[in-house]
Amino acid sequence: MGKVIVVTSGKGGVGKTTSTAALGAALAQRNEKVAVVDFDVGLRNLDLVMGAERRVVYDLVNVINGDAKLPQALIRDKRLDTLFLLPASQTRDKDALTEEGVERVIGELKKYFDWVICDSPAGIEKGATLAMRHADVAVVVTNPEVSSVRDSDRIIGMLDSKTLKAENGERMEKHLLLTRYDSNRAERGDMLKVDDVLEILSIPLLGIIPESMDVLKASNLGAPVTLADQRSAPAQAYFEAARRLAGEVVPVTIPGEKRGIFGKLFGRKAA
Amino acid sequence: MTKVLTDARSIRIKGRSFLAVVLSPDLPLDQWLERLDDLAARSAGFFLDRPVVLDVSELPIKKPELKQLIDDLAERNVRVMGVEGARPSMLGPGMPPAMKGGKPASDVEVTAREPETETEAEAAEPAPQRQEAPQVRAIPQSLVIDEPVRSGQSIIFPEGDITIVGSVASGAEVIAGGSIHIYGALRGRAMAGSIGNTNARIFCRRLEAELIAIDGIYKMAEDMDSSLRGHAVQLSLEGDTIMADILF
Repeated sequence: MGKVIVVTSGKGGVGKTTSTAALGAALAQRNEKVAVVDFDVGLRNLDLVMGAERRVVYDLVNVINGDAKLPQALIRDKRLDTLFLLPASQTRDKDALTEEGVERVIGELKKYFDWVICDSPAGIEKGATLAMRHADVAVVVTNPEVSSVRDSDRIIGMLDSKTLKAENGERMEKHLLLTRYDSNRAERGDMLKVDDVLEILSIPLLGIIPESMDVLKASNLGAPVTLADQRSAPAQAYFEAARRLAGEVVPVTIPGEKRGIFGKLFGRKAA
Repeated sequence: MTKVLTDARSIRIKGRSFLAVVLSPDLPLDQWLERLDDLAARSAGFFLDRPVVLDVSELPIKKPELKQLIDDLAERNVRVMGVEGARPSMLGPGMPPAMKGGKPASDVEVTAREPETETEAEAAEPAPQRQEAPQVRAIPQSLVIDEPVRSGQSIIFPEGDITIVGSVASGAEVIAGGSIHIYGALRGRAMAGSIGNTNARIFCRRLEAELIAIDGIYKMAEDMDSSLRGHAVQLSLEGDTIMADILF
């Protein structure tokens, strides 16, 4: 049985879709079978980031309604044999999702895949609650700024109360993925520091993804950043996060911290 | 034009809980009303002086039907103080307000009314013993929460003290009838002594609160002494003023 991960945040635009694609591609490169599922019915984006927008025939809502079988709707990635996408419907809205339907689809996906990664829509409404409902693990995507942190806190509260695991009295495993982190701005105090965010949210850190143009470049190319430019800093950070998700112990490095120290030394010498 | 407050006294806002009778009608409504009439006939005056809440969460009806139901109940002298489980669209002006967050209590027993003569005879007798029985001293109660209180959550415990081993996030609220102890940062709201307890206090490891209140007297973050921020603080009430002491 595979593991179901929900990538969620509460706030929009923090990098859920980017992270879903990047983690999915990173795990798939470990030769594990991965399905990424877009729950953002009506505002689908994952197909674009995965570069599969022209190959969508059936979608999640079709499978839920029984109009199509799961294998018909799954799109295999052209670059990675082990990576599949289940797209969302663009012409419907979140009301098209039913609890029984989602449960059936997730249950079926779990049988065939090692990892089922659900890309949650923003907000705390039906789409988001259904995306998290059947998850085993949650990846909470947060930007180092106060509104994103507070929304993530709200989502963590919901993960602990509205999910099947929580209702069965089990604990939902939650990980923090800090995205768009800019060490220079954090140092200047324009952004929350890593420790501040961890202190407020008090969940374990999965990784820190540095703010980078490479992420946008990859999205526009229609490729997860872990496929488009594997050497780039954000890709490396996502690879490390994927290893931690798979249970490896990898120490977390704060991006740019080394450069910060070198910068200071250099600055002192010059002065 | 600026408003000038002539009276410096602050307004006390208190919480109080009442036990309401909850009616949960089922379809078809005319049959349910018939059964209600039958019940009312057996124990006349049951609904008099009782707050009645209408629970329509299981009832697939629309606004006009709900309005009709409330009118039908009013005809039977049942005045509905609030409606539970209704979609906002089902309620409107002239209708009871929506209610939520009700806690279940034991079923209310409907006792058939005794014939008139017997009641009179009984009235001459001393009051039933039940009322004279010495009151059992209430055991002080406390609620302990072992995890952080997240944004959007609210912990309400009118029965006593609340202890939180963790932080209270911005956008979260903790409301206690007694004192509040927070072994972490208080970033949200804390309201102690919510049912009229002037001796209640608030303790926290780190004060970064949005709002604090004791017995209805409240203070917002802006009104708080900035030197308290980030410190371990104890808050208590002296008269109508919230006093703060830095601990350790």
